[in-house]
Amino acid sequence: MGKVFVIVEQKNGALRKATYEVLGAGRQFADQLGAEFAAVIAGQNVGGLVDEVASYGPDKIFVADDEKLANYTTGAYSDVIGKILLKEQPDYVLLSHTAVGKDLAPRLAQKLEAGLASDCTAAVVEAGELVLTKPIYAGKAFATVKSGGGTMLATFRPNALGSFTPAGSKNPEVVQVPVEIDPEALRVLIREIVEKATGRVELTEAEIIISGGRGMKGPENFAMLEEIADILGAAVGASRAAVDSGWREHSDQVGQTGKTVSPILYIAVGISGAIQHLAGMGSSKVIVAINKAPEANIFKVADFGIVGDLFQVLPVLKEELQKVVGK
Amino acid sequence: MNIVVLIKQTFDTEAKIQLTGDGKVSDQGVNLIINPYDEFAVEEAIRIKEAKGGEVTIVSMGGDKAQEAIRQALAMGADKAVLISDPALAEVDHYVAAKVLAKALEGMEYDLILTGWVAIDDQSAQVPGRLAEILGLPQANVVTKLELEDGKAVCHREGDGAVEVLEVPLPAVITAQKGLNEPRYPSLKGIMQAKKKELKKVTLQDLGLSAEEAKAKIVGYQLPEARQAGKVVEGEPADTVRQLVEFLTKEAKVI
Ligand SMILES: Cc1cc2nc3c(=O)[nH]c(=O)nc-3n(C[C@H](O)[C@H](O)[C@H](O)COP(=O)(O)OP(=O)(O)OC[C@H]3O[C@@H](n4cnc5c(N)ncnc54)[C@H](O)[C@@H]3O)c2cc1C
Ligand SMILES: Nc1ncnc2c1ncn2[C@@H]1O[C@H](COP(=O)(O)O)[C@@H](O)[C@H]1O
Repeated sequence: MGKVFVIVEQKNGALRKATYEVLGAGRQFADQLGAEFAAVIAGQNVGGLVDEVASYGPDKIFVADDEKLANYTTGAYSDVIGKILLKEQPDYVLLSHTAVGKDLAPRLAQKLEAGLASDCTAAVVEAGELVLTKPIYAGKAFATVKSGGGTMLATFRPNALGSFTPAGSKNPEVVQVPVEIDPEALRVLIREIVEKATGRVELTEAEIIISGGRGMKGPENFAMLEEIADILGAAVGASRAAVDSGWREHSDQVGQTGKTVSPILYIAVGISGAIQHLAGMGSSKVIVAINKAPEANIFKVADFGIVGDLFQVLPVLKEELQKVVGK
Repeated sequence: MNIVVLIKQTFDTEAKIQLTGDGKVSDQGVNLIINPYDEFAVEEAIRIKEAKGGEVTIVSMGGDKAQEAIRQALAMGADKAVLISDPALAEVDHYVAAKVLAKALEGMEYDLILTGWVAIDDQSAQVPGRLAEILGLPQANVVTKLELEDGKAVCHREGDGAVEVLEVPLPAVITAQKGLNEPRYPSLKGIMQAKKKELKKVTLQDLGLSAEEAKAKIVGYQLPEARQAGKVVEGEPADTVRQLVEFLTKEAKVI
């Protein structure tokens, strides 16, 4: 019987939102493959997460709990999880394509001498195999990827698999893994972790994003976007022009040399829709554009566009959304 | 301080992607550039060399055309380069690519390996982590600030919603993210000098390797369906916004 493993991602004792998707999909793929489904939880004081993970229906849960795993580091996590995977030899190992997932997966893949398809946006089981789809050239094309034989890893772009409701617990076997970390794997020290205190959802995980471009005219005007973001529970993004002007942080940039996002709703405000920007948000489910130039490229991809001055449109939009969402 | 920088030649970000008759990605009429993140890595290496001395070696695996990307890095100020070029490497996966690059680094002296965090063509972000694993080195991934203190690098790594400040003992693999620096344009003098700098070409055989099976197999390529332009409205904000909100709540049902 084959095995499908999901590496659970948690931060400070809470599951990352993107993990639910991969857990839900993992159960589904395992069923279709006729495989066993296991989840791996690594961290410190993570015992409390077992029930929640179990609700997604794994047959087995591996728990590695240690103070050295309090914060994510490449070395410690890849050492501990790598040892579990080397022993278990799963057919498929699934992770989220988050900051942690994209750091961890290549290292695990190499430990297992395995293949890895990263940043996948879709997967199906066909003829007893997992067939993965991943964007290349910033979404201007897609590649279909399969295992060349051995273990295959995949990271999935947040929001791409869709949401899954817990399948229900199968009373999984919970395996406490002894944690013995190779000292070599502990060479990198975390000096400090500076949390961004926006209180808003992370860009790559957000279901709604409102982004501003050069049309915003200055950093102070992003307050208008932030107010709307707070009403919608959205994240605020930016075009490169806005970032390069110093109005927003680099980490807010959406596009080919910024974040790739696929929210359910993307609202582009004062953004022209350059090919490099579209590359980062073109896979959004619904795109809305607000731009004063009717010929702006962004209207070619927008599901709904308003031709108008953003400084007139945004205040009205805020008011109307407040009425609808009622916050 | 000796630094190796890995660079990959990629399609220009403006490139339109088309497929060939047999379903592969076509490079017809496409401009080639240094992967933008690798440019940050090259720039950082040169700045470190300018401050602390040492040598910057460029290593790239690619076709003959990759020489242009290498010459650009040399013109920016790197000292010498190695191009691994072999017909057998035309369609390798990242497992093989990392293995070949690791082999090419064997025998080189370095305190630091700088790379881009991701190549914008295959979007995989795998080679640096795999390489670090093969070489048994620590890594700092997606770095926006890099400072050297004796024997270690202090790196600002971009996490999700947080910045991690990491102390990484050298040698290490460090991958560059936008924000690390502003890459320079090569000067005319730099371009002239680059022509005389050493660019060594090696094949798989020179490295003592033979072609290897990919662990991840690409079985096909597709182009995305073009997005259809939707409804565009113009007029008084009171009216256009009402239509938008109606669209969002009733038609698209996203809020
Ligand atoms: C290698 C490379 C990588 C790149 N990577 C990225 C990337 O990751 N992300 C990215 O975004 N770009 C990227 N770019 C840059 C990209 O080519 C564009 O320059 C950039 O996206 C433009 O940003 P913008 O749309 O905000 O600005 P502009 O193109 O200047 O557009 C501003 C828009 O605002 C509108 N506007 C102005 N005033 C108002 C108003 N009052 N009301 C309503 N609308 C108004 C205008 O009509 C215009 O359409 C990259 C470029 C290169 C070469
Ligand atoms: N063929 C290659 N030659 C040299 N460096 C490479 C090559 N492929 C990838 N790299 C390096 O690894 C980084 C990440 O690439 P990738 O894993 O392909 O996304 C790039 O930014 C380069 O620095």
